[in-house]
Amino acid sequence: MACIEARGLRKTFGPTIALEGIDLRVEEGRILGLIGPNGAGKTTALNAILGLTAYEGELQVLGRDPWTARDQLMRDVSFIADVAVVPRWMRVTQALDYVAGVHPRFDRAKAEGFLAKTAIMRTSRVRELSKGMVAQLHLALVMAIDAKLLVLDEPTLGLDILYRKQFYESLLNDYFDRSRTIVVTTHQVEEIQDVLTDLMFINRGRIVLSCTMEEFEARYLEVMVKPEHLAAAQALKPIHERPVFGRSVLLFDRGDREQLAALGEVRRPSIADLFVAVMGSKAGEAQPPSHKATAHQEGAAMAK
Amino acid sequence: MTTQSKTTLEPAGINDPGYSTPVAATRPFYWSVRRELWENRSIYIAPLIVAGVALVGFGFSTIGLAERRRGVLWLDAAHQRAGIEMPYDVAAMMILFTAFIVGVFYCLDALHGERRDRSILFWKSLPVSDLTTVLSKVSIPLVILPLLVITITFCTQLIMVLMTSVVLIAHGMSPATTWTHFNLFRQAVILLYSLIALSLWHAPVYGWLLLVSGWVRRATFLWAVLPFFAIGIFEKIAFNTTYFGSFVKDRLMGFAPHAFDFQGHNRPTIESLPQLTPGTYLSTPGFWLGLVFAAAFIAAAVRLRRYRGPI
Repeated sequence: MACIEARGLRKTFGPTIALEGIDLRVEEGRILGLIGPNGAGKTTALNAILGLTAYEGELQVLGRDPWTARDQLMRDVSFIADVAVVPRWMRVTQALDYVAGVHPRFDRAKAEGFLAKTAIMRTSRVRELSKGMVAQLHLALVMAIDAKLLVLDEPTLGLDILYRKQFYESLLNDYFDRSRTIVVTTHQVEEIQDVLTDLMFINRGRIVLSCTMEEFEARYLEVMVKPEHLAAAQALKPIHERPVFGRSVLLFDRGDREQLAALGEVRRPSIADLFVAVMGSKAGEAQPPSHKATAHQEGAAMAK
Repeated sequence: MTTQSKTTLEPAGINDPGYSTPVAATRPFYWSVRRELWENRSIYIAPLIVAGVALVGFGFSTIGLAERRRGVLWLDAAHQRAGIEMPYDVAAMMILFTAFIVGVFYCLDALHGERRDRSILFWKSLPVSDLTTVLSKVSIPLVILPLLVITITFCTQLIMVLMTSVVLIAHGMSPATTWTHFNLFRQAVILLYSLIALSLWHAPVYGWLLLVSGWVRRATFLWAVLPFFAIGIFEKIAFNTTYFGSFVKDRLMGFAPHAFDFQGHNRPTIESLPQLTPGTYLSTPGFWLGLVFAAAFIAAAVRLRRYRGPI
């Protein structure tokens, strides 16, 4: 059974189309990065998955319809939203008591263990904690829940770099165990590059690209082209070109590594570079149509 | 608590049957009510403060109590009773009125505050259904506040009776005059009955306030109240009648003539248990109609919460 399975998932807000009928399949044990510009439909997609918004089309999360069975679904799903939503009036002990009271899969000792590693005092109210501490508290609560799916919507927004690093480290070391599934959206793409197993770009309510990280690494190459080879390199149809220190860096989709190596220094592109290439101003549409098509085919191939 | 949650933690299978047990079903409700009390401490603090003020005021009144009591005892039985009972009734009424005000403002904020501070995303990330959440909020004005009122009032009146007795004994008088005219336990029964009758009569009011608080984006109080003014004004100007106004007034205060038999007294006093008329009350159409409206409002609020996110 797939963890998340959507077919023709569509959501409109009046005349605005937030999701334009996307197909999506996330297998168990994956860590999927959902990347897209502001207003691309990421949060809408996550809200649909979490049963926070009604939708058209088919959607099953862990075999349930999130919209009609949110409360049952939430026994197996945890999520951290893009803003601090832990109630500010609550004391840390009350948060522990409450979650322990309502959640059958919450391990209080585990949460206390995570909190012991932080400077958070048990008697503090949430409003007295710093933003980073609130994130630590929320993460401690969520990681102590034995959930099958964890959804993170910009979980590290507004945190300083130390908290952000720590956040993903504890997530990987103390939580992820290959049977859980994690879906994460973030603008700090570079921070999650090494964390992800799957990558999905979403723009204007559509999935623009969907691949595993292995596919991503096998498929995309970035070349810092020597000036004398620039014309030759451009003839190979890069999907993106950007200047770096007066030289050109070209991004190729399914380029021939040996051929490219002759033109300059070849390296693995970052997700951020690919993101800019795929989304950048009009580049998204200027792609040869085959690109989008292959992305979709791969999405289907992933589905198997 | 921890031991209980640990036992349910062990089987992590999807088809875990343990969840559908009645114990598991009431636990989220119990904790939801507790969290309402954590967040809204005014629910119990406000009546306690009023009780404290009543006690301090009563303490002042015990100066010269003995002389006044001697004077009161010259009056006829009815006036004796009225004079002796008065401070107890005032204390009870004030605590009750405070609880009503607290209940009104609690309901107006109950489904609005969680959207305003975005914490609804936290609550919705936990396996608590919208029904459980809304019912836990309904239980505050309909169950928790009445229970608090009866407990706090009983304790306040008990302290008042004891204070009176001590003062009277100190002045060489018998405290029996207080005890015969103010029967603490009979009053408690009358109060309990009144609270149940009043809460159920007010159920549609609380339901409406909850619905509005889950519905509107801002100015919950205005949205809750203005429609009634508007209809009343319209009726008055268009037809020069005030049926709607009397309907509203009846819903706010009209429970008493059905729930009690005042036996033709001018001043509505309840002195004996036979004056309680639950039979009449239960056969009042307005009582049942109110409950139907309350159920409809609450059902709408439950349904609405599913669609609601941060504002």
